[in-house]
This record gives sequence, structure tokens and C-alpha cells, in this order.
Amino acid sequence: MPTSFLLNGKPANLDADPNMPLLWAVREIAGLTGTKFGCGMALCGACTLHLEGKAIRSCITPLSAVAGKRVVTIEGLVSTPAKAVQDAWVKLQVPQCGYCQSGQIMSATALLETNTAPTDADIDSAMSGNICRCATYSRIRAAIHSAADSMKA
Amino acid sequence: MNKHAHATRPTRREFLKSAGTAGAVALTIGFEWAGPARRSFAAASSDASASAIFSPNTFVRIGSDNTVTVIAKHLEMGQGAYTGIATVLAEELDVDWAEVRVESAPADAKRYANLAFGTLQGTGGSSAMANSWTQLREAGGKARAMLLSAAAKQWQVPVGELAVEKGVVYHEGKKRKATFGQLAATAAALPVPGSVTLKEPKDFKLIGTRPPRVDVVAKSNGTAQFTIDVSLPGMLVALLKRPPLFGATVKSFDPAAASAVPGVVKIVQVPRGVAVVAKSFWAAKQGRDALEIEWDDSHAEKRSSAAIMDEYRRLADRPALPARREGDAGQAIKNAARTVSASFEFPYLAHAPMEPLDAVVQLDGHSCEIWAGDQFQTIDQANAARTAGLDPQQVNIHTLYAGGSFGRRANPGSDYIVEAVSIAKAYGADGTPIKLQWTREDDIHGGLYRPMFFHKLQAGLSAEGRLTAWRHVIVGQSIVAGTPFAALIKDGIDSTSVEGAANIAYAIPNIAVDLSTTNTGVPVLWWRVVGSSHTAFAVEAFFDEVAHAAGQDPFAFRRNLLEHQPRMKAVLELAAAKAGWGSPLPKGKGRGIAVAEAFNTFVAQVAEVSVDEQGQVKVDRVVCAVDCGTPINPDIIAAQMEGGIGFGLGAVLYGAITLKDGRIEQDNFNGYRVLRMNEMPKVEVHIVPSTAPPTGVGEPGVAPLGPAVANAVFAATGKRIHVLPFSSVSAA
Repeated sequence: MPTSFLLNGKPANLDADPNMPLLWAVREIAGLTGTKFGCGMALCGACTLHLEGKAIRSCITPLSAVAGKRVVTIEGLVSTPAKAVQDAWVKLQVPQCGYCQSGQIMSATALLETNTAPTDADIDSAMSGNICRCATYSRIRAAIHSAADSMKA
Repeated sequence: MNKHAHATRPTRREFLKSAGTAGAVALTIGFEWAGPARRSFAAASSDASASAIFSPNTFVRIGSDNTVTVIAKHLEMGQGAYTGIATVLAEELDVDWAEVRVESAPADAKRYANLAFGTLQGTGGSSAMANSWTQLREAGGKARAMLLSAAAKQWQVPVGELAVEKGVVYHEGKKRKATFGQLAATAAALPVPGSVTLKEPKDFKLIGTRPPRVDVVAKSNGTAQFTIDVSLPGMLVALLKRPPLFGATVKSFDPAAASAVPGVVKIVQVPRGVAVVAKSFWAAKQGRDALEIEWDDSHAEKRSSAAIMDEYRRLADRPALPARREGDAGQAIKNAARTVSASFEFPYLAHAPMEPLDAVVQLDGHSCEIWAGDQFQTIDQANAARTAGLDPQQVNIHTLYAGGSFGRRANPGSDYIVEAVSIAKAYGADGTPIKLQWTREDDIHGGLYRPMFFHKLQAGLSAEGRLTAWRHVIVGQSIVAGTPFAALIKDGIDSTSVEGAANIAYAIPNIAVDLSTTNTGVPVLWWRVVGSSHTAFAVEAFFDEVAHAAGQDPFAFRRNLLEHQPRMKAVLELAAAKAGWGSPLPKGKGRGIAVAEAFNTFVAQVAEVSVDEQGQVKVDRVVCAVDCGTPINPDIIAAQMEGGIGFGLGAVLYGAITLKDGRIEQDNFNGYRVLRMNEMPKVEVHIVPSTAPPTGVGEPGVAPLGPAVANAVFAATGKRIHVLPFSSVSAA
């Protein structure tokens, strides 16, 4: 039975096993590959996307759980905080291999959507679920601060 | 075993050159780059060919639209190789950075060999910039010369009257001008100059500046294409069930339950296990979970890692092979006023790149197309060809961005590539594209770990506290034994086991470094900074113990024995100065220093740590000084040092793959912990100005981090670290 939800602002009707993790439905059925697979157990955050505005791990979220709800992937980021985050990522040259960065950006954007002036402790608590094996953490932190500052301006 | 100096440390260049001629790695024949079957998946490459009208060499194309496409023979796995390569070529070409694109080269050792590797095409040993430096400057310079000649010809003026700036040629001030794109067609008809004068460093406009990474936008908006993102018409997804023990094989299997999973297309047996080929990852995963296999583990490795370490400890006291001899260390230790000794234990480590290994293979009777974050193109090509029953020329590799590697994707057996090809072959070799996807559990269980090592050291001090003798015994598995790289082993010494130890830089009159090479059934591989991932720890942590025993400051003790090593000494002094070495710290905090050379790059680091009442270690700050010759892009150098520090810190605090009766005890990022945001120290990077030829930065930043932290823990607590990993020290 197809699952209907709002994907990046547009109605989506994905015909797949309702138990299929949202990650694979978005990647392989909707064809949006910005969201990445890293662990399959909500341990690394590479699959982070937004469900009703909150950062969630799509690798353990069944497709059925998003029926009738709003899902945003990195391809659908349009908000002011999202643009500020992405601009800061470029400005501070955050990515190395880049594989985890969609998830990092989704977590950072969700943080700035609710907290426009995060402290280092806020960043630690919002971002420590997102692993980066290249260890771009210092730049991620600096970019989140920079994005927050740019939104004030 | 006596007084002859015994330098058994072939350079990485010699090593790989010899590996290239070892015979087991078939060398490749060139492909035509263009052609309908040679399409590249990467979107970036599709636009260039239409307008490419000037291809003066195999590294650059210029289009009539002024776009400059640099062809990268190296894998971009995060280390910034694409940006560095493009920077060097664009510098001599004098082109506008905004017009520069990078595209991956096909597998073709004739045109794209790593010159540090001899006749192999591949990326590793932090060699990308070092081996490309002159080659790409000349490629850019010759292209520029041809464009200038084209303008001179068009305008009937001498070349000497022309000027170039950002891809535009000018004559008589700015009276007359033409873009490279406008000149491309004329330039294409001109002969390639035999030689070209390269710029003086003072004239560099891009090198030494911070042009943005060529991949930063795509990697900030989700459009960067990794192997996992490849989608081809009719493509299927395969997951492979591998044996739970290294060396076990399939005895029998029952495909019934797996076949019944909706979406599963076929179950095929291959040498490495049984693959479930399905219409989606999810179907393949469920199918694999349902697959019932009986394994034959009669030849499997069934030991525990603790038992293997016990054996290593015993071997450290048995005769071993000499890797370095200066003077007579044994006698000098007998004569010493005081001796110091310690041993160090290093676990197996997984690379755990964020993108689990994956490859897409499209195989039919006469060709094999491979899409992968491919790190050893011509080795993978040869292994894929052998597996497919084709000639290497029939295997075409499309190198995509790799979601990390840290050495994992560069393996002589091409494990994941061979798996993917063998699955496509068993499926029927009918041209169906098949994506082999590893899960994180596959990755953690998959072997090819940094080998486990045991180090035993002894030092002798004179009555005045002079370091007179150094004995170092290393016990562990060879990375290259049994591979085409075995040519590296000279007189029984695998240089990747002893690098960083046999070449200890300190002026010590009597040195003996020995190696005892072991065998286990656990497959091992190079892991970021290779031998120095353990040797630098053993040498620099032990050196600190010796300094303490000699009653000397660990920084001063190092510096005094590095008088003949100016570059090493300079980074040591720079790191110490910037870190405020010697300034007081509050109770519970400590500062440690370490220095290392890896792949001809010199790095010193000072770590500041806090240890709480429970003995929990937190690294607050790391000050890093690096000398990598000419700094091509200081921002990328800093990024690689930052990343190397975070990567190394995760490993020394938490990293361990352990075996219990042959079974890997870790499964995912819960059991195999890596560094997270809240544990990342503040990092400051200082780069030594230099006009020496550039050396690599991808790996060397990892080497001194562990010992700097361990030495800082000692400064804070008085406790030495001898067993890795160590996230805490006993509070007693």
C-alpha cells in the first residue's frame, strides 16, 4: 500500500513496504540521494532529515511513520537558517570527504530553527549524534556560530 | 647482528616501484578517454566534452566557453586532492579559479601512474601532491605557452609582448585581448612545447593562497555523487553474507527463505560468501537476514585477540630480525648507569569510513564497467579483470568521490571490487548493473584492519643523563606479506611495520630496532599513517619516559637530540612556542609533546588534557606545527591536521577491534567508538613557510597525536599509558 506524505513541500506517494526505512524510500524510490546511509542503527546521523521540522534518523524510521506528515531532505532546504548554514559550510570550507555533511547540515539547521544563538554546549548536544570520520568538527562548530551570527545581521 | 649499519627502510617510492614490477599486478594499457561506453557517472564531466576544443595533454582540457577541466589521476576521499591538483595546474596556466572543474581520470597507468608508485595508478602514502607537483606544473605551463603562441599567431605579434591574467591574453596593455576559450581552437593546432619555464615561487598567485575547494558546494547541498548514489536503468542491489570467522567458507546454504522475500531476484554463491541480489537495498537486506548458511570453519582463525597478544608478548623476548643497527645497543645498555624499559600494546583498528564500501558493476561477456570511490585504479582493474575473465583493457573504472577511506579502499586484493565483480559474474554477466552495498556491520567485521602490534623498548642513560642506547623490538603482522607489494619486504623486514621506529631521528649512539613478523588469520591493511600509527606512539611515549628518567624537560630533551634534524627540530620548537610550553597549568591538567616524520612531512603537536577525579581523559587543546614543504593550500593543510588529530584521538581513546574465539566483538559505531563533536579539542595549526617541494598532509597529522596526549596524561596524573586504547586512567 502506498504511503502518502509531503516530501520537500510536494505530495509524495511512495509504493513500498511500509516497514522500509524512510532513508531507503527517499533514496531509492523518490531518488533523493543527498541523505546518506552510514550505520542503519541511528548511531551516526548520516541519514538525518526533518520530520515535522525536527531532525530524525531516517534509517530507523519506517516509511509508514511519516504518512500524512512533512518530510524535508537536504534537497528541500529553503529556510533562512538552512541557507545560513549552507553558506557557512562553504565559507568555512567544512567538508572533506563530504559524505556525512548532509546529515550534519540537517542537524545544524534543525538546531538553528529553534535556537538562533546556540552555545558550544547547545552545539555539542545537538551535533554529537552526527559522526564525521574526517573529524571536521571544529569547522562544523565554527560554521554553526557563523550561521547564527549571519542571521542576526 | 653486530655493528654494521643496517638501514632497511626503502622509501615509499622504492617500495611501490618494486611492487609494480612484482608481476602479480598486471599493468594496464591505455583507454581512449572519450566514447559512448566511457560515459562518466559524475555529472561534472558531462558538460566538458562538448565544448572541449583544446586538450594539450592528458591533464587539462579547455573549452570554447573558457571552462578549464583538470583531469585528476588521484582519488578525492576528503583529503583535498582535487583542489590541490587543480591549484598546481591552474597556477602555471594562469587561469581564473572560478572556471576550473575537476574530473577523475580513467584507469590508465601509462598516462596516470602515481609517479611515487612507479607504474601503478593509485592514491596513498600521502603522495598525491608530491608526485604530481612537477608533472602538473609542466602540464599547465605548456598549455599556457600554446595559448600564448596562438594569440601571437592570430595577432602577428611576438609572444614576448603578451601578458596573461586569469585566463585572458592581453597585448599592448589591454588594447587587444582574447580569452583562453577564444584561443583554444588555434592553440589546438600548435605543437606541444618540449620544455617550459616554471614560475618562481614569488610569482605564485594561487599556490599558498586559499582557493575554495572545488567540491565544497556539491558537498554542502547533497549533490556530490558517491558510489552509493549511482543509479542506472535496471540496476539491482546486492548484499553479501560473509563468514563469521576469517578463513571460513560456505559449506551449504538454503536460499528458500531469502528467495521468498519480496523484491529478491536471485541468490548467488561467490568465493567470499552468498549474495542476495534484489530490487532494493531493503529487500536485499531482508533477504540476507533470512539466508541460512552452514559454514566450514575448519581452516578459520579461531583465536581471541587476547591470546594473539599473549603470543606477541612472548615473541618480543625471542630473536628477531634487525631493522636498524647503530653501534652496539646491547653492550651500551649493559654499560648504562640507568636503564628504562616499557612495552606498548596496540589493537586492531577498523578504518570505518563514513560511506560503507560499495561498488557498482556492469558486466557482460566483453566489458566490465565499474563505478567506485576507487583508490588503486590499475590494481583494481587487474583484479576485476582476473575475476571477470576479461583483459584489463576491457575493465573501465569510473572513479567517484569516496566517502572516506583512510587506506581501506586501497587494498592489494581489491576485496570489495572483486566481490562486486564476482556477484555480477555469478548473476549471469548479462549486463545488469549491480550495486554491492556493505552495511556498517560488514565494514566493522570485514577485516583488513590496522594490525595489532606489541612494542618492547629499553633505553640506557649515562650517569649524566645522556641517552646512550635505544633498543626497540616490534612484534606484529606484515601488511604486505602475501600481496603483490611483498617486494617491499627486504631481508625479512616489512618497512611498513618499522617506519617511524627504525628511522628514529634522535641522535643516539647505539640503536637496535628489531622486527618479529607474525602470522594470523586476520587480514590486515594500511590505516591512516600506516606504520607510524603505532611506531610514533611507542617511540614518542617511551622517549618521554626516558626524558623523565633523565630528569629533563621532555621538550628540551627532544630538541637537544635533534640538532642534525633541522626540519624536525623547527616544528618541535614552533609547536612548543605556540603552545606556551612550560607555562603553568591548573591541577588536573597536563601538557604533552610529540614529534614525528611521516611521508617526508614533519609534524609536532602539543596536547593539553584534563583528567577528572574518575580518571576520565578529555583533550582540551592541540597545537600543531607542520612542515610539508611548499604549502599549496594552507587551509587544506590545516583541515588535514585538524582531521588527523580528531581521527587519531578517536583511535587512541576508543579504537579497538577485538576477537573472541575468532569472532569480532564489535558490530557498529556503538561497539567501535569513534570521536564525536563533544570530544573534539580546540586545534591550532601553524605551517612552516617553505619553498621545498611539497609533501603530503593527509596522514602525517595522525602520527604525533596519540603520544602527545599520552604524555599530557602523564603530566596531569603521573600515570603512563602502555595499552591502547585509553579513554581513562585508573584513579588509584
